[in-house]
Amino acid sequence: MTDEELNSAATGEDEEDIVLADLPDDELVEQMHDDLYDGLKEEVVEGTEILLARGWSAEKVLNKALVEGMRIVGVDFRDGILFVPEVLLAANSMKGGMELLRPLLAETGVKPIGKMVIGTVKGDIHDIGKNLVSMMMEGAGFEVVDIGINNDVDAYFAALEEHKPDILGMSALLTTTMPYMKVVIDELVKQGIRDDYLVLVGGAPLTKSSARPSAPTVTAGTRLRPRKWPPGC
Amino acid sequence: MHKPVLVIACGALAREITDLKRSYGWSHLRLRCLDAKLHNRPEEIPERVREAIRESRADYEHIFIAYADCGTGGALDGVLEQEGVERLPGAHCYQLFAGSRRFSLLSSAEPGTFYLTDFLARHFERLVIEPLGLAEHPELRDAYFGNYRRLVYLSQTLDAELVRAARQAADRLALAFEHVHCGYGELESGLAERLSRWDDDQEDLRLLA
Repeated sequence: MTDEELNSAATGEDEEDIVLADLPDDELVEQMHDDLYDGLKEEVVEGTEILLARGWSAEKVLNKALVEGMRIVGVDFRDGILFVPEVLLAANSMKGGMELLRPLLAETGVKPIGKMVIGTVKGDIHDIGKNLVSMMMEGAGFEVVDIGINNDVDAYFAALEEHKPDILGMSALLTTTMPYMKVVIDELVKQGIRDDYLVLVGGAPLTKSSARPSAPTVTAGTRLRPRKWPPGC
Repeated sequence: MHKPVLVIACGALAREITDLKRSYGWSHLRLRCLDAKLHNRPEEIPERVREAIRESRADYEHIFIAYADCGTGGALDGVLEQEGVERLPGAHCYQLFAGSRRFSLLSSAEPGTFYLTDFLARHFERLVIEPLGLAEHPELRDAYFGNYRRLVYLSQTLDAELVRAARQAADRLALAFEHVHCGYGELESGLAERLSRWDDDQEDLRLLA
């Protein structure tokens, strides 16, 4: 082997480039799952464009390529094979594909299967988990109204009034801010509208037992672990 | 002669507790540290602490836990109640060092505050940058820190090197920098109060005898 060949064998740089447009549909979808897993946004966007050009519906591309790819990421994250950075890169890739699909999905006039208002609670500015849930709920056919971070009771109630969702989602990363979820739920009860919504709560400090201020409340998500968590948190 | 007492601590507090032991002359304090990496999986902290308590129970009359809640969501307190052992106050190291009131003021003034202690300033690259994948993927900065506005360094010691490291960390994360010197805060007062109470109990027993 020449020096050049030895170098490329060592670095893997000489691997044959895959031309996405040359792949048949099933292989392209598999490749998109791999690309999504590896956080290759440009490739995922390109794959999305190719499938659309081949006449796939936006809904089919979303479900077969993006949502399924992200499901695989979710399984490996749950099993401790992937960590937060990889999930964020994968999510960013999926977002790239979703940006292409969103207007097409809207054009089809398919009614969303439900509507969710979601936001991080007062005093908390963490939104990684919330953003992932929003994206996956949108992928699952829900209309998602994201009201951002640091929401007090008034902000949640204003959003409920304005958007009239089926689901209220609340997120918190901190043990110190998590109890604010109960403040919001207590206010729902007080105003007699608790049963009008399914309440979805999620975030690192939540457990099933901590998420039962009043039924029906659903605990979502898994603790988002970095590769190693900074001590002191 | 003081009876030995055991402090079971988070490894992230080892240096600080050793410093306090030296400056207060707590020669009867024995320190057992659990791996700081348990913060990767805080749900495991309560049972690991329980194991450490039970392994040491026969050798020590008094055991104290140098952990805050540390992301266990109250589960650590459940274990400690069952074992009849107490811990330091607070939710986490930041509150412990800054003190509850000051931490509350800091966090309510700017919820988007990222905190460093001496320990984190010293190991910022290894414990923040690498685990979050920011070395290979600086583009993830906004996903993690997009909602943060400032970095507050809650120092335990006045060390120009650490202040410089903390300032560099703030620059790296594109956050405004503030330095608040806290000393050992409620770690110091919590340990001192506990050890002094046990000493008094021991003295009372000696006088009664």
